[in-house]
Amino acid sequence: MSELLTQLHAFWSALTTYWVSLPFGWQLTLKSLAGIVAIMLPLILTVAYLTLAERRIIGFMQVRMGPNRVGPWGLLQPFADVLKLVFKEVILPTNANRFLFIIAPVISISTAFAAWAVVPFSNGVLLSNANAGLLYILALTSFGVYGIILSGWASNSKYAFLGAMRSAAQMVSYEIAMGFALVGVLMASQSLNLNDIVLAQNGGFSHWFWLPLLPLFVIYFVSGVAETNRAPFDVAEGESEIVAGFHVEYSGTAFAAFFLAEYANMILISALAATLFWGGWLSPVQGWHFLEGTSLAFLMHTSFIWFAVKTCVFLYAFLWFRATFPRYRYDQIMRLGWKVFIPITILWLVLEGAAIVLKIPPWFA
Amino acid sequence: MNAVRSWIRSLLLVELFQGLGLTGKLFFARKVTIRYPEEKTPKSPRYRGLHAQRRYANGEERCIACKLCEAVCPALAITIDSEQREDGTRRTTRYDIDLFKCIYCGFCEEACPVDAIVETGITEFHFEKRGEQIMTKEKLLAIGDRYEAQIAAERAADAPYR
Amino acid sequence: MVQTVVFIVLAAILVGSALGVISARNPVHSALFLVLAFVTSAGLWILLEAEFLALVLVLVYVGAVMVLFLFVVMMLDIDTDTLRQGFVRYAPLGVVVAAVVVVEIGYVVWTRKLGVTLGTPVPHAANYSNTRALGDVIYTTYAYPFELAAVILLVGIVAAIALTLRRRPGTRSQNPAKQVRVSAKRGRIRLVKMPSGHGRGGEAP
Repeated sequence: MSELLTQLHAFWSALTTYWVSLPFGWQLTLKSLAGIVAIMLPLILTVAYLTLAERRIIGFMQVRMGPNRVGPWGLLQPFADVLKLVFKEVILPTNANRFLFIIAPVISISTAFAAWAVVPFSNGVLLSNANAGLLYILALTSFGVYGIILSGWASNSKYAFLGAMRSAAQMVSYEIAMGFALVGVLMASQSLNLNDIVLAQNGGFSHWFWLPLLPLFVIYFVSGVAETNRAPFDVAEGESEIVAGFHVEYSGTAFAAFFLAEYANMILISALAATLFWGGWLSPVQGWHFLEGTSLAFLMHTSFIWFAVKTCVFLYAFLWFRATFPRYRYDQIMRLGWKVFIPITILWLVLEGAAIVLKIPPWFA
Repeated sequence: MNAVRSWIRSLLLVELFQGLGLTGKLFFARKVTIRYPEEKTPKSPRYRGLHAQRRYANGEERCIACKLCEAVCPALAITIDSEQREDGTRRTTRYDIDLFKCIYCGFCEEACPVDAIVETGITEFHFEKRGEQIMTKEKLLAIGDRYEAQIAAERAADAPYR
Repeated sequence: MVQTVVFIVLAAILVGSALGVISARNPVHSALFLVLAFVTSAGLWILLEAEFLALVLVLVYVGAVMVLFLFVVMMLDIDTDTLRQGFVRYAPLGVVVAAVVVVEIGYVVWTRKLGVTLGTPVPHAANYSNTRALGDVIYTTYAYPFELAAVILLVGIVAAIALTLRRRPGTRSQNPAKQVRVSAKRGRIRLVKMPSGHGRGGEAP
């Protein structure tokens, strides 16, 4: 036993000396790769269980059970689904543009994952502490449209094309409302860095930005739902009229990639809502001094768990919306985005600017 | 005034929150799902499922080849050939029910003067090859032998209402 | 060293995709090459520590402008043959224009290089915010040009809408505001109480 330990120790020390001997560039690359893996794997696992959670939660809201057969409480269902999708054939439609057809799901999924580089999981725990983190996320989410447009166009199918057109127009419109909502956040926090934005919300849940920016918060989240093409804004899929929209022609792993991208985007929107409006990893009961010394004092710690819990709340809201609301008509979606959300955000930005100039406590003092 | 009120209502998302409240409440409601192989819905004794041929207590088959069931069958699913046995009674040599044609109406059961052909409450059956759907006399009698207790209980339960 | 390699790779992709924009036969492919060109030039700008401009380039041009471009290009069935007609006739003029542009750019670059001694650029501190620096000049020194540009864009939008918007008579358009305002209580449904058996179908049995 002790022999094994000494061997392990020797191996470890050899590893550390090797690490130190590496040039700085290599160290950085390896560190980044490790960080990417550390984010990607849990994210993919979360996506897998989000699909299960979606089916079970929506099932519960429709007074039925949802999938509960594969494994205890259906916990192995996602893996069964993945196996099924992986073993299916990827069918290339006739006259489809082969290159674009294959690359479209790749674009979708890579933009959905790349945005996670700047999301802070805990204080300072993030892959890239970029100054313009918020802009980076906006830029990447806007790039995600291409996956959808290209898939729709390259499929050589009318349904896919119509779905792509709808979602392109929808995403471009809602990006504006979303961008304005985020402008409100960066006005309040005076920073584009997500870590700094969380730190600016320090001090209990009444200090978080959702309260002074309530309309922007609601608009951000609703735009996020529209941006991810989720119900009730899922006209891009529109089963009843255009079958499945942009991914009608996709099957097997290519379809799985779109699926993964959609859910990764949902998680991203939820995580951003938690970061920007609900204080990220900060504790909601921060500064409640009467809790000190009691058994509940641990609640006051800032921790990754708070971030995860807040993200889950928003994810639940995604599923709740899907179980509750009927799909919007297309012209209603456009009207909501352009004629309701954008005016409200502009109005609120003006009010917020006034509040910042007047230094209204506790948020803008 | 109404316009202003509805404007404020829609801005505060009142109706959307009402809808969310409803689904939120139903999330905790008792689920109506029946987990099938473990749980089953109660079945009436009159349920018309898989066919069977019964025997008398002494082991003699009931069917006397009167062909009333063949005549009454609206789907023409029953085919009967008959012959005289050595003891002088008339018996079927062939009694086939094509379950693909059968519509499970229960007329054969109603028509039978000796309660020979019956429809049991069995619903869990399947065929794996072509031709298996033809229920021959042997198969029907075998089902009847196997489920006689259940069949008798079902008849007894329904008897007061006949 | 690494930066030079990255620059060369990005520049090569940029030039290649720019050539692709004008040489691709399919207009959708041209538009996609343009997207690639924008993205690689954004990469070049990040190399120059201009991350705000780079991200805004992606956000505005790639995320919005090119999407609308693609939207239109995909919707229109462009007949490339008619577009190619007269290529030879107009080619000399095109060559002249291109030559003028090249000479102008070359002249500007050349004189700048000769006139100004460029010191080696000093890398900024880690907390240097490109965004803040840009905001500081845009809203102080260049406030008027900035606002003017915004107003010109607004005028452009209004003009485009005014030119294309026409109210066609006889269309059956919906009024969403009215649709949203409907309510069961106000004139949508009339609930009538009737004693049973006294309907229009004759006497009750």
